[in-house]
Amino acid sequence: MQTKELERVARQIRRRDLQAVYDAGAGHIGGEMSAIDILTALYFRVLKVYPDEPRRADRDRFILSKGHTACALYITLAKRGFFPEEEISTFLQPHSRLNGHPNCNKVPGVETNTGPLGHGLPVAVGIATAGKLTSADYHTYVMTGDGEMQEGSNWEAIMAASQFDLRNLTLIIDHNRFQQGAALADTNNVAPLRPKLEAFGWDVTEINGNEMAEIVPALEHRGPRPHCIVAHTNKGHGISFMQDRVDWHHRVPNREQYEQAVAELSEAL
Amino acid sequence: MDAPNTNANLYDCRDAFAATLETLGAGDPTIVAVCNDSVGSSKLGGFKSKFPERLVNVGIAEQNMVGVGAGLANGGRIPFVCAASCFLTGRALEQIKADISYSNANVKLIGISSGMAYGELGPTHHSIEDFAWTRVLPNLPVIAPCDRSETAAAVRWAASYAGPCFLRLSRVGVPDLLPEDHSFELGRANLLRDGTDVTLIANGTLTHRMVKAAEILAKQGINARVLNMATVRPIDEKAIIAAATETGAIVTAEEHSIYGGLGSAVAEVVVENAPVPMKRLGVPGIYAPTGSAEFLLDEFGMAPSAIAEATLALIKRK
Repeated sequence: MQTKELERVARQIRRRDLQAVYDAGAGHIGGEMSAIDILTALYFRVLKVYPDEPRRADRDRFILSKGHTACALYITLAKRGFFPEEEISTFLQPHSRLNGHPNCNKVPGVETNTGPLGHGLPVAVGIATAGKLTSADYHTYVMTGDGEMQEGSNWEAIMAASQFDLRNLTLIIDHNRFQQGAALADTNNVAPLRPKLEAFGWDVTEINGNEMAEIVPALEHRGPRPHCIVAHTNKGHGISFMQDRVDWHHRVPNREQYEQAVAELSEAL
Repeated sequence: MDAPNTNANLYDCRDAFAATLETLGAGDPTIVAVCNDSVGSSKLGGFKSKFPERLVNVGIAEQNMVGVGAGLANGGRIPFVCAASCFLTGRALEQIKADISYSNANVKLIGISSGMAYGELGPTHHSIEDFAWTRVLPNLPVIAPCDRSETAAAVRWAASYAGPCFLRLSRVGVPDLLPEDHSFELGRANLLRDGTDVTLIANGTLTHRMVKAAEILAKQGINARVLNMATVRPIDEKAIIAAATETGAIVTAEEHSIYGGLGSAVAEVVVENAPVPMKRLGVPGIYAPTGSAEFLLDEFGMAPSAIAEATLALIKRK
């Protein structure tokens, strides 16, 4: 899929995500909007995945370590054919398998259960290690939030990835500069991320994580070391009144806001 | 049933674990070992020299260690994640919950030197909470073998079982109690001695002490049944209910806090099905004073003679 078409799919996913959060009356819309362009590029261009055979041994892996943005992953997976798109309407409903954080034993395409932060990257290191052990040619991707990089377990995994020479691993940090309660800079500022990752022995690429033309080549990059993409994104990207506002971490739009957001996203379509 | 010979030599169950893992590893290239700089204490030296590429040492980083284990399972490996039980279960409990238990990852967690095996190193290194922490987690069988034969059998079982489990091993020597060709069955207690007056239930390093206590009681005319209950979850409800109804009193002993461990698991079954007097022996909800594991077990009333005394007192309440 080419850039223009990927951008169109990303806008459709944004539109559906907005509606899902509005209908459910809950969700993490800010961090979903920041991550959707990258999710789209992964599932519609980069990942070798098999919706009819979601556990096929040679598939590429993607782990959404920032599991609270599950809704965006669900919509992407459904759109890619892992399960029916109509099921998105059950998001957060009683007994739906689409709860607030992804479950690998219920939702096809999910690799491991995430939710508590700082879990996805260690698991990704294990998957990449298994790939290296077996000379498999799959690639492992994992996306964390930038605030999530405050979790120490990530740095344990970053050291291990470097030590184990995991060139088959890509970490994407969704650097939207806000965490739940405040700006990253006002909380525990892990930025700048590039020198930290480089000091730990990783290759680092910095991109505009809401710009498809920059996302795709970064995801397709292969090098001699584990690769980190510091994706500079906007929380709430695509919806003017949400963008870069910390209070849209998990706020739900009212009817008026919802209609405005729909109008903005539809205009872009 | 022949009473096991408890005066025989003592064996470190880690050796049986390591030898079995090496044998299994030779036949199954998907078996890998993961550790936290614990190649020596987890007795993985032999595995490392035989299969160097299959030993994943993450360094001193238990959270990453457990996550890496889950990832290796996702990649089709069968990881045995080995570390001192105190650090494995304490430091990485949320990883055990989310990455292993909730994700139902095919990871074998091997808690080494559990209980008070680290003795004089003190309560930071004691793992007397791990039954309680792990047995509340779905999908995660919790197993504490009593001797080298049961350890080897449990390791073979774990490798063949499609799912996660927690094996709780010690480094404190124990005598042979079960036959050399023992076959481990999940959730099934082993009858080591039959009796009608009371039942003594234990696992791990306490089983042989229970057998000795039963021998002391026999000399006083008390016929104690002894059950080795390696599996703490799923617990052998049938054996517990039979023990309660047929012997009328139950003593449990464990190298663990009396809160939340084997004794609690047995008591849950007893009160719901066949209430009888019980005595739970273990660490009485405190941080242990300085001393070796053997010293501390005696200190906490789990010398065979003290178990026998506690049993006599319990029988009076029947």
